[in-house]
Amino acid sequence: MPTSLGPGGSTLTGSAEPAASAGEDYIAVRDVHLSFGHRVVYRGIDCRMRKGGIHLLLGGSGSGKSTLLRMIGGLQRPDRGDVTVADRKLSELKERELGEVRKGIGMLFQNGALLDSMSVLDNVGLPLREHANLSRSEVAERVSRVLYAVGLTDVEALLPRELSGGMLRRVAFARAIVMEPEILLCDEPFSGLDPLNVTRIEELLVRLNSELGLTVVVTSHHMASSLRMADQMILLRDGDCVAGSPEVLAGGDDEGVIEFLGEDGRAYLARLNELREPTREASGRERERDHR
Amino acid sequence: MRGLVQDLGAASMSLVEGLGRVAVFGGAIARCLVQPPTRFGFFVRALYDAGVLSVALIALSGFTVGMVLGLQLYTTLTRFGAEEGLGAVVGLSLVRELGPVVCGLLVTGRAGSAVTAEIGSMKATEQLDGLRMMAIDPVHFVAMPRALALTVAMPLLNALFIVFAIAGAYVIGVSNQGLDGGVYLAGLEGAVRFADDVGQSLLKSLVFGVLLGLISTYKGHACSPDAAGVARATTSTVVTASVAILLSDYVITALWGV
Repeated sequence: MPTSLGPGGSTLTGSAEPAASAGEDYIAVRDVHLSFGHRVVYRGIDCRMRKGGIHLLLGGSGSGKSTLLRMIGGLQRPDRGDVTVADRKLSELKERELGEVRKGIGMLFQNGALLDSMSVLDNVGLPLREHANLSRSEVAERVSRVLYAVGLTDVEALLPRELSGGMLRRVAFARAIVMEPEILLCDEPFSGLDPLNVTRIEELLVRLNSELGLTVVVTSHHMASSLRMADQMILLRDGDCVAGSPEVLAGGDDEGVIEFLGEDGRAYLARLNELREPTREASGRERERDHR
Repeated sequence: MRGLVQDLGAASMSLVEGLGRVAVFGGAIARCLVQPPTRFGFFVRALYDAGVLSVALIALSGFTVGMVLGLQLYTTLTRFGAEEGLGAVVGLSLVRELGPVVCGLLVTGRAGSAVTAEIGSMKATEQLDGLRMMAIDPVHFVAMPRALALTVAMPLLNALFIVFAIAGAYVIGVSNQGLDGGVYLAGLEGAVRFADDVGQSLLKSLVFGVLLGLISTYKGHACSPDAAGVARATTSTVVTASVAILLSDYVITALWGV
């Protein structure tokens, strides 16, 4: 089924394949240790993320959520231990080989990381111009389609400094997904967005995940959206981690998990199925609209 | 005493390590020069920033330096009754030494520091990591066009500086002090030889451009990713590049054979 992200209902890739069979160790973090000076971030964490899943990283400030995303992207090497992505051990790869792995990974940085001297069109179209053999008009068309998908129109000529915080994050999100990566790393994707756009991005993530088999790793403090989407929760605390499905973690008696989630988080988890329905319905409505 | 020796050893090792890193970075830039794509658009833009936007500063500074040089030298030469030699002395001192060195220091302060600050702030705001995540080499995309632009801009700005300085000295020597214009220009033309003097000047400014391009882009890439780190890197670029220009000026002068 083609995935429509644009106003014309055409496909972003033109050839959307069904989700690949889920591999339990698609992303594997094994016995990873990391310190910044005297500050120990990880004391040997282990976690696995399956292909096609939505994985939510939780933890307090400074617990290493963003650093774990950077490790999966190969931007940060562990002091000890391995990070494996699609059976490739990142610590053994040279920068050029990492580049090949990164072609299949999109990353949304916490502050957007847009190139401030380039327009929105050039920013979002940059990976296409670098790695896809497309004409300028094809790049422009695909950029406007993906911008439409994140709720932005007529912003192509603007510079990042001319955008609001929420628009900037959505442009950065558009850049992260424009190449249709296999893995999407999102550092606080809902931060700075109004409720309408939180829902829009959430629905888009769920659709990309369900229709293209995109593996999503997301850090977020937006509990409702995060828990609605997540197949797996990974809670980072004291240099260690606890992982499991939201249902399992909610039903467990781990005091650290209970303490971190607090009353609100536990209330969300208690109503998980009820919360997940609107997202699934919205995603279904989008699919029907695309068919029409 | 033992602590002093240890500190000296640590400082020496740190210096050697730093030089090694700069050399590796220079190698990466050199490799990027021959790897497609050419980044011609980025190069032209960097050339505009480093070159065209420095023209007013270089022209004004050159003219002022020439005026001071003309006044000082005319007064001194008059004591020996040798004021006709003003054109020759001004020409030789500007073309061989003052032009490349002063121009190099000016471009370091204006364009080199700006390059470091720009790349440093890109690092602080994760733009360089963003490029890496798009499988784009930041050295190829950001450093190489800027380093090349500084290398190309420096000899051109040096030539401009010398022309304006010669004009400044002419204004003072001829219009203000009453020296004959023909004598001034004839002395200049007779003393300055293209192969020796202009060649040395071009070589110096080319080397200064390479050094400034390498140092300013390296400092930006290697800086600590925060505001204080960017500020330190910018200052460090000005200091390091200035010292490198003065040292290499001596080396080239000595090797060329005065």
